[in-house]
Amino acid sequence: MTKVSGGGKMSRCRRLFAGGALALVFCGAALAEENQHDPYEGFNRSMFAVNEVIDKFAAKPIAQGYDKVAPLPVKAATGNFFGNVGDLWIGSNNALQGKFGDAGVDLGRLLINSTIGIFGLFDVASELGLEKHEEDFGQTMAVWGIDGGGYLFWPVIGPRTLRDTAGWVIDSYVDPVWRARPISSRNSMVALRFVDIRASLLPADKVVEEAALDKYAYIRDAYLQRRRNQIFDGRPPRLDD
Amino acid sequence: MMKKIVAFFFAALIAAAVQAQEAPDALIKQVTEDVLEIVRNDKDIQSGNTQKAIDLVDKKVLPHFNFPHMTALALGKDWRKATPQQQQQLTAEFRTLLVRTYSNALTGYKNQKILYKPFKMDAGETDVLVRTEVLQPGSKAVQLDYSLEKLENTWKVYDMTVAGISLVTNYRDQFAQEVRNGGIDGLIATVAAKNKSLEVNLVKAEKK
Repeated sequence: MTKVSGGGKMSRCRRLFAGGALALVFCGAALAEENQHDPYEGFNRSMFAVNEVIDKFAAKPIAQGYDKVAPLPVKAATGNFFGNVGDLWIGSNNALQGKFGDAGVDLGRLLINSTIGIFGLFDVASELGLEKHEEDFGQTMAVWGIDGGGYLFWPVIGPRTLRDTAGWVIDSYVDPVWRARPISSRNSMVALRFVDIRASLLPADKVVEEAALDKYAYIRDAYLQRRRNQIFDGRPPRLDD
Repeated sequence: MMKKIVAFFFAALIAAAVQAQEAPDALIKQVTEDVLEIVRNDKDIQSGNTQKAIDLVDKKVLPHFNFPHMTALALGKDWRKATPQQQQQLTAEFRTLLVRTYSNALTGYKNQKILYKPFKMDAGETDVLVRTEVLQPGSKAVQLDYSLEKLENTWKVYDMTVAGISLVTNYRDQFAQEVRNGGIDGLIATVAAKNKSLEVNLVKAEKK
């Protein structure tokens, strides 16, 4: 590989980026020597800045309003409802990873919460000891041996590795909420879920703001650690110091 | 009278011995319950009084943490390149920052329950992981794990992991970045400046 100046690499990288995700892999290879965890750091930092503005003026104020206005039972029911909608796909991913016992638990959760739990508004299954899992197609691909492929920060969507970006596209494609019709109710549901998730992150805002020397890097490293933990279902092998 | 005094000292001795031998999972449980009991009864902390939370953490939690080890973990291999004085300064600044983070998290406490996971260890073990979960209605339990090591006869926490995120190693890249830019002294200055700016916020918040 011929040595090109850093700036040249970066602009080439951005053009390649427009060409699609596959191009990113090669682009990543060219930049990998600069930061092994974060080959697209320049692009990511600008997207992060964009997201900070969106969050400050739109997402966060709306989430704060929702958090203030909605009583606790409403918030819990909202979280439960979307959680229930997701359990079928979580179970499918557990099955795709060969964890059939967990997949059975997810299916049981879906059946119990959709009926006794009144369309998923109450999480009866958790109280019966059927634990909720966190699975998605990105984790399934990781279990299949596909590498993360470099960290990316997207506005609105947030942090995803290249693999988890592809996983997110698949997750959204099969997501019942995105498939709801008419379009107007689909849009309200997608928006409500987004606000619900953002509101659940409000308590973490101050902690991150005060703990981080560099907020971008703090969020990146927290995301990468958390993903690793999820892929190994809460028991990641220890890394050497 | 003499008998009573002897009995008292004897009891004190046994208590001290029990304290020293205390199992790591029992230690975590005892400290957690102590702290949460205080937070539950303190409206100031619940409404976001960080200074009061910091005082509580200072008194109840700090004695059980091994800050030099935490700082060494966060700094990685640069730790050995630092002079003893630099190590000491960085430890002091990092400690202030971590205490704040922990205290801020405490002010967000809203009656969540802690579940202590079953714990077992071999007789001679000196490095263990105690696993707990924070349960809250309407959302998935949050994993909260403590890494402890045995120093002489007491167990000390050297890392805390929230949902798989280590509060200590999450600083590694940021620390390395600062060391690349300004050496160990540059890093110390950056953390000190961060603490100072947070201190100013705190004073402002109190005046409000």
